Amino acid sequence: MTETLVPFDEVLERYDPAMGLEVHVELNTNTKMFCGCPATFGGEPNSQVCPTCLGLPGSMPVVNAKAVESAIRIGLALNGKIAEWCRFARKNYFYPDMPKNFQTSQYDEPIVYDGYLDVEVEGETFRVEIERAHMEEDTGKTTHIGGSTGRIHGADYSLVDYNRAGIPLIEIVTRPILGTGAKAPLVAKAYVAALREILLGLGVSDVRMDQGSMRCDVNLSLSPKGADKLGTRTETKNVNSLRSVERAVRFEMSRHAAILDAGEAIFQETRHFHEDTGTTSAGRPKSDADDYRYFPEPDLVPVAPSREWVEELRGTLPEPPAEKRARLQAEWGYSDLEMRDVWAAGALTLIEATVAEGASAQAARKWWMAELSRAANDRGVELAEVGVTPAQVAEVQKLVDGGSLTDKLARQVFEGLLAGEGSVAEIVDARGLAVVSDDGALGEAVDEAIAAQPAVADKIRGGNQAAAGALIGAVMKATGGKADAKRVRELILEKLA
Amino acid sequence: MSDLILKTAAELADALAAGETTSVELTQAHLDRIAAVDGDVHAFLHIDAEGALSQAAASDARRANGDALHALDGVPIAVKDVLTTIGLPTTCGSKILEGWIPPYDATVVKKIKNAGLPILGKTNMDEFAMGSSTEHSAYGPTKNPWKLDRIPGGSGGGSAAAVAAFEAPLALGTDTGGSIRQPGAVTGTVGVKPTYGSVSRYGLVALANSLDQVGPVTRTVLDSALLHELIGGHDPLDSTSTTAPVTGLVDAARAGATGDLKGLKVGVIKELAGEGWAPDVMRKFNESVDLLTKLGADVVEVSTPSFEHAMAAYYLILPAECSSNLAKFDAMRYGLRVTPDGDPSAEDVMKASRDAGFGDEVKRRIILGTYALSSGYYDAYYGQAQKIRTLIIEDFNKAFEQVDVLVSPTSPSTAFPLGAKLDDPLAMYMQDLATIPANLAGTPGISIPAGVSDVDGLPVGVQLLAPVLEDARLYRVGAALEGAIGPVLSIDKLEVAR
Repeated sequence: MTETLVPFDEVLERYDPAMGLEVHVELNTNTKMFCGCPATFGGEPNSQVCPTCLGLPGSMPVVNAKAVESAIRIGLALNGKIAEWCRFARKNYFYPDMPKNFQTSQYDEPIVYDGYLDVEVEGETFRVEIERAHMEEDTGKTTHIGGSTGRIHGADYSLVDYNRAGIPLIEIVTRPILGTGAKAPLVAKAYVAALREILLGLGVSDVRMDQGSMRCDVNLSLSPKGADKLGTRTETKNVNSLRSVERAVRFEMSRHAAILDAGEAIFQETRHFHEDTGTTSAGRPKSDADDYRYFPEPDLVPVAPSREWVEELRGTLPEPPAEKRARLQAEWGYSDLEMRDVWAAGALTLIEATVAEGASAQAARKWWMAELSRAANDRGVELAEVGVTPAQVAEVQKLVDGGSLTDKLARQVFEGLLAGEGSVAEIVDARGLAVVSDDGALGEAVDEAIAAQPAVADKIRGGNQAAAGALIGAVMKATGGKADAKRVRELILEKLA
Repeated sequence: MSDLILKTAAELADALAAGETTSVELTQAHLDRIAAVDGDVHAFLHIDAEGALSQAAASDARRANGDALHALDGVPIAVKDVLTTIGLPTTCGSKILEGWIPPYDATVVKKIKNAGLPILGKTNMDEFAMGSSTEHSAYGPTKNPWKLDRIPGGSGGGSAAAVAAFEAPLALGTDTGGSIRQPGAVTGTVGVKPTYGSVSRYGLVALANSLDQVGPVTRTVLDSALLHELIGGHDPLDSTSTTAPVTGLVDAARAGATGDLKGLKVGVIKELAGEGWAPDVMRKFNESVDLLTKLGADVVEVSTPSFEHAMAAYYLILPAECSSNLAKFDAMRYGLRVTPDGDPSAEDVMKASRDAGFGDEVKRRIILGTYALSSGYYDAYYGQAQKIRTLIIEDFNKAFEQVDVLVSPTSPSTAFPLGAKLDDPLAMYMQDLATIPANLAGTPGISIPAGVSDVDGLPVGVQLLAPVLEDARLYRVGAALEGAIGPVLSIDKLEVAR
């Protein structure tokens, strides 16, 4: 079935979008939320389980203090308030991958409330208000075998891996994000990106959207332009990349508009997002009255972080990413455009590290944003994973600064590094990339070039220094590009003075 | 039959220490008694003769080397089937857990194993501890050893009956609304509900987490003190466990045995008497109150007006918590699985298994609790019940400003005939009228035999209540009263005599 869609620009002529983003973050604590099992990713199925995370009769939970600490640090980094006293609650519903058939979560007493995050889109700043962030445990992971959809309906059987059950999660929930208009998809993406950056900086999660350690649910509704009341929303679940967040918002806006244009009502439901087509499809109906029969978890005592502890944790927060960017931009002297490109390419921390290793900010940007970005792009990997370290970039640049490599030779060194040919020194050696700066050897090549092109030599003798280019080119060719072009020029001009 | 089974746990400990007997000998004596009478009593769901004897042999070997682990090392014990035991079935009296062998020990089980007590087996109970007669066990009722057509109380009727019938000198029970104390009262045994949190609940299959507590079931106050000290104390695996040390109970019991209660203030709870309380029970209870006065205590009447609402609050909080606790029994990972015909979904299997696996009383409470927690009803039911709970705590606090301990009958009647209240859940619930407030408030309580009814010759229990963490008072007063009352239970009074 092909959806009827309204072109994006047209949506905005008639409707205002409202978004709500719910982001689940798996914490990278050593152990699970309520037991001592390892919380690491990728173990043999059902190898990281115990009576508690399997929900065996008689087992009891114990709160992971490190997870509480992470939750508080996240809350502080999101400009939130930290509850003086809060409880865990049981969210009751049946599902085969939920060992107890209730999820230990938080209900009306979240550990973090009333935060915000400012995000910038195309020079405009949007404040995304964060209603709450709460602690909970992850469920097990179900794999449906058989059937065409990979979903539970139509499957022959299902396999459940409880290794993930009990991994600490923080769910961060925004208030409705209004007034973003045409920028709604970009604001959604920018918010998730900014959140990801903050969490990375805090070191509390791997925030790998591809591995599910960060998952985003996108709530979206449209209301007729100027109306006060929000429209009926849909909730697109598990949108697993930044680009998908943007596309999911965009698609749902177009889909909602078509339904509303036809005079029909939006059906309140969850939606599945399809990475391949950028579309969504119906999930299960979701009413506001879904009854999870929450009540306070009687097996746990309240969490009451002392104000001293909260302030102590505030002291451990890294510089907020936005402030840090502003400071670095000033220090490095980048233009706004350069800075934005650097950030978008994920090169900020790499450049920072390269500068720390002694390279100039301009040189660092040049290598990361040109050679290395291209290579990362070709290989389809993140820039940080391209295979060249900031220390290596700084080392290469040092050789350039010292005159023993030209930019052109430096590029060959990077080629070698990317090909895994060894250290910078080894590659320079093996590829014979050192600049020919011996005047004797260069002099011979210059003499040969002058002899080969007497007409050009005459022009130079006549005062046309620009004509030297042709001779320089010849020398460079003769030396396999290893000559220092500046020195060659000097020699030519001396000899033809 | 060996006379060893007639001894108290403290006497057996002394006999072992003196080298007058061996753990193997006295464990075998209890196993013989079980073999002789349990066909009638049905106190046990699972008997582990082999395991008990092997633990007994190990105990004897330790003792021969002078390495006894504890005073009770080698004294056998029975364990309520709601506590997990490695390698032994743990059914909670339910079909839904038939065949489940836990891979881990409850903390209290670990403690008794670490102290060297051989485990005779697992005792019968109302399904998931819901009931006051053990008739709700999916494996058939336990009978009262005094009179086999009578109920042994519940939910821990199996543990109480095992101890009353001299099948075990000691047992572990659990008390959510009176499941240790009420069976104690109707079987002529001693039962203690410790302060909430002072004994670990880890490995106790929860009925209502905020009310449940593990405690001792014995024939004497001193034996309860010995077992209580052994199982008590902080457990890092139970977040609700208190950090206060559980000590001084045995000393308190020994001090109380001297019979001097001068200076003690005792409050008789006004609200736990009158209509609904059997006259023969009240007569026995009043005799106990008189004895307390004779021992030197100053007895006054105390009013706890909110107790009137305790039953209502209890029957909202308990079903709410248990409806959620029992959700885990879904046939996906362990226990009974019923697969309907056709092409059943996971949900179909869950439904069919829960339908077949749970008994009527369990289903009744799941439905009640699910309703009480539902959106729109939560405040009116669960929320209100929690407020009553606070009022009851305040009543206790006020009462304990006036007196050191409170006293009441444990149960409104002696053991009633099997089947008498099965069709009348409310009448069954009334059995716990006097015991429930302590669970709601977290306070400790003990039931000791007050004598036998002048109507039916069956035991009557008297309950003592103390402030939170003041469990030692129960042992001091309990031991004094026990001495004044004199022996109530003897093997010759039982229908399952020698």
